[in-house]
Amino acid sequence: MSQPPAVSVAAQVDQRPSWRNFFSPENRYLAPAFITCILLAGHLSFGILESYKKTGLAIVASLLTELALGRIFSGKWPNLASAYITGISVGILVRSPAFWPYVLCAVVSIMSKYVLRIKGRHIWNPSNFGISVLLFLAPEAVASLSIQWGNYLPPMVVIWCLGSVIIWRVRRFHITATYVVCFVALAFLRSHIIGSPWQSEIAPLTGPMYQLFIFFMITDPKTTVRSKFWQCVVVSLVAVVEMILRLSQVIYAPFYALFMVGPAAMLIEMWFDSRRTVSARVAA
Amino acid sequence: MRGPAARIVLALVFAGLVISPIVIKRFASRRNEAKARLDVQTALARHGFYLQEVSHAAGVNFIHQAPTLDPRLDHIMPQVASMGASVSIVDFDRDGWPDIYVTSSKEGAKNALYHNMNDGTFEDVADEMGVADVNLPGTGVSMGAVWGDYDNDGYEDLLLIKWGKPELFHNDAGHGFTRVTDQAGLPPWINANTALWFDYDGDGLLDLFIGGYYNENVDLWHLSSTKMMPDSFEYAKNGGRKYLFHNLGKGKFEEVSAKVGIDSRRWALASAAADLRGTGHPDLFVANDYGVSELYFNDGQRFHEVGQQTGVGFAPKSGMNASFGDILNQGRYAVYVSNISEAGVLIQGNNLWIPKEGTSGNKLQYENLARDFGVEIGGWSFGAQFGDLNNDGTLDLYLTNGYVSLDRNRSYWYDFSKIAGGHSAIINDAKNWPAMEGRSLSGYQTKHVWLNDGSGKFVDVAQAVGVTDTYDGRAVALADLWNRGVLDVIVANERGPLLIYKNTVTPENQWIEFDLEGTRSNRSAIGAQVTLFWNSQHQVQEVSGGSGFAAQNQRRLHFGLGKNPQVEKAVIRWPSGKIQTIDNPAPGQIHTIKEPA
Repeated sequence: MSQPPAVSVAAQVDQRPSWRNFFSPENRYLAPAFITCILLAGHLSFGILESYKKTGLAIVASLLTELALGRIFSGKWPNLASAYITGISVGILVRSPAFWPYVLCAVVSIMSKYVLRIKGRHIWNPSNFGISVLLFLAPEAVASLSIQWGNYLPPMVVIWCLGSVIIWRVRRFHITATYVVCFVALAFLRSHIIGSPWQSEIAPLTGPMYQLFIFFMITDPKTTVRSKFWQCVVVSLVAVVEMILRLSQVIYAPFYALFMVGPAAMLIEMWFDSRRTVSARVAA
Repeated sequence: MRGPAARIVLALVFAGLVISPIVIKRFASRRNEAKARLDVQTALARHGFYLQEVSHAAGVNFIHQAPTLDPRLDHIMPQVASMGASVSIVDFDRDGWPDIYVTSSKEGAKNALYHNMNDGTFEDVADEMGVADVNLPGTGVSMGAVWGDYDNDGYEDLLLIKWGKPELFHNDAGHGFTRVTDQAGLPPWINANTALWFDYDGDGLLDLFIGGYYNENVDLWHLSSTKMMPDSFEYAKNGGRKYLFHNLGKGKFEEVSAKVGIDSRRWALASAAADLRGTGHPDLFVANDYGVSELYFNDGQRFHEVGQQTGVGFAPKSGMNASFGDILNQGRYAVYVSNISEAGVLIQGNNLWIPKEGTSGNKLQYENLARDFGVEIGGWSFGAQFGDLNNDGTLDLYLTNGYVSLDRNRSYWYDFSKIAGGHSAIINDAKNWPAMEGRSLSGYQTKHVWLNDGSGKFVDVAQAVGVTDTYDGRAVALADLWNRGVLDVIVANERGPLLIYKNTVTPENQWIEFDLEGTRSNRSAIGAQVTLFWNSQHQVQEVSGGSGFAAQNQRRLHFGLGKNPQVEKAVIRWPSGKIQTIDNPAPGQIHTIKEPA
């Protein structure tokens, strides 16, 4: 899902207390550590995974693909933090009795970073791309995680709190908060439109699929626009498109909404960037 | 390597991978085309059997009816009132011909006991026998029935489970039934969906297991609260309790579940018992909806839950069936548990638990090989039974399925998936569930008849051999209804007809059957194992007091033998521990065997 922020101010980081170093925005391993904690806590307490083998397969496939493609196309060994997140996300979110969807989804997700590039940037969040493609093209073999991890409120509260702190530390809390506010508001609107209980419209947000979606997928620094304001606008649009899809009873509405809105926003930003560059050159 | 050529290659590989699911789907659909319907002769030549639905010709016109529960459940009534069609096979009058008992679940509707008239037809005698009018308002409605001779008088007695008051009927020598519930000491109300007879302590008296689904404090017709739904889709523990009634003799039972180590509030839908470890004591398998399965090892006095340890109780699914079968002719039972698979929404896959190589006894472990064996995807699966349908010497698998068939063009799945992912506070309350409004939920599904090739592969031949119905199937029972040496299939459908699939098997494939009667053991011989040795192979089967989903097969054990069988011996291990060997039993016969003193 999200790409870990790049280390840019190592010297400053070193001067902080060690716990602050760990929770610093520059720590590329913060998100991987968090998602690993979610995975372990979820699985050891409730057995959320289809199997160790399948999740392991997704992680290994993701890492190997990243290693190979990174080496081939950039000439150096890549940092594997983001590939690890992609692999573990695929391992959690993909639900299939077969093994091949885990490998295929992980490989396609990582490859999308190298193939679907415009002006040197990839425009789809890798795991969002892989999972959406698989859900759309192989619905008879693949589903996504859509059930609760246990019945207990405390684990959910811990995940929300810890996730919020980490997302806040990496300066992307506004994206998550904006999405949650929009989702809740639009859930009430949907409830009003279709006459279903508001609790059923809110229900998906209380599930683990959304926890992964809002903490890791929509906050991906590499596939979100740069300005804080426009990040909020874009994620609001994701919520709106998701609502439209939900009104059409599309089960995996959030994945598909991000699949459509995310790249469109990136392309628009690139277009504005190129116009600004041209204007600057003309002015110069 | 970083040049345009490499990028083009990468793009081509990427495109190939992206479209690969479409290619796989195409291949799969071509394979499915090969499963087209066949005429009788072609099916016999190709698969060795053909099933013809004959219920009307046999005089059976039974339609299951569903209950109408508390009005506060109206908006989701079709999915709450979605069970109750059951079928059990019994020779209640000991005339040597299997009879059929079926349940209905509408308040005031009557159950039916179809007496086998020995001429290809059946006659409903439930009314005159006193086991028809059992769904009276205020007493709950029928969910299933199992037969066992609890007092060893030679006649099978009837336990009826309900969402309501369980009932025990004593069989009065095949001439009628007497209600003995109160003397037996059964509780006033259980919302039960599974029960079985077994002699867990080997005292020669049949004991009784009953698994609760909804909490026993819930009266589904008069809800005190709408918070009666499961508190999780996969981790629910707010279901009904489990009961183990120890037979004290003289028609009295003592509830001993807590005392012997059975303590669970998972939502039980199916149970089956068999001696999985060769200890002489029947172990108990419970398939739970909204959670993991449970396996209880029985040491003859106490039960030990070993679901996690053995591997069957780790990944939570929606267990709806439990049946045993020695599918590899190795003398060990596989366990088949049905779950939910709906394309694009939920792919749980059914479980075929096979004993792991090198594990046995208390170290027994299972691995799920449903995918490898080809019996994984069965839609919204319910009842299933193992039986040799074509008498080729290996056990096949019949699975019925389909949950709620209403409007063909509108599905409830979106709303179902929305609420299923919700927190317990949301999913637990029926009022939070979106209205179904006439929509289907995994409706109109085609059934599966998986033919075992004997080497670990099952092939679905349902359409080819004549199983073409798309009712909402619940219970499946297998029985040689007309004593012809073939297994016929009886299917109870929710809000649908009772189907009788009469089996025609290619005559080259031979058979043998064993009708056992205990003396020191319980007289029904439930728990007796027959291991048949023929043509350098062997297969084990056990007399069952209930298996599948809301079903009970005939007590008589049926073995297919294939062509030109040389039957070496049948080894019977009676529940008392007595071992009896019958040398060279003749094929093509029903062997009636009484336990030696």
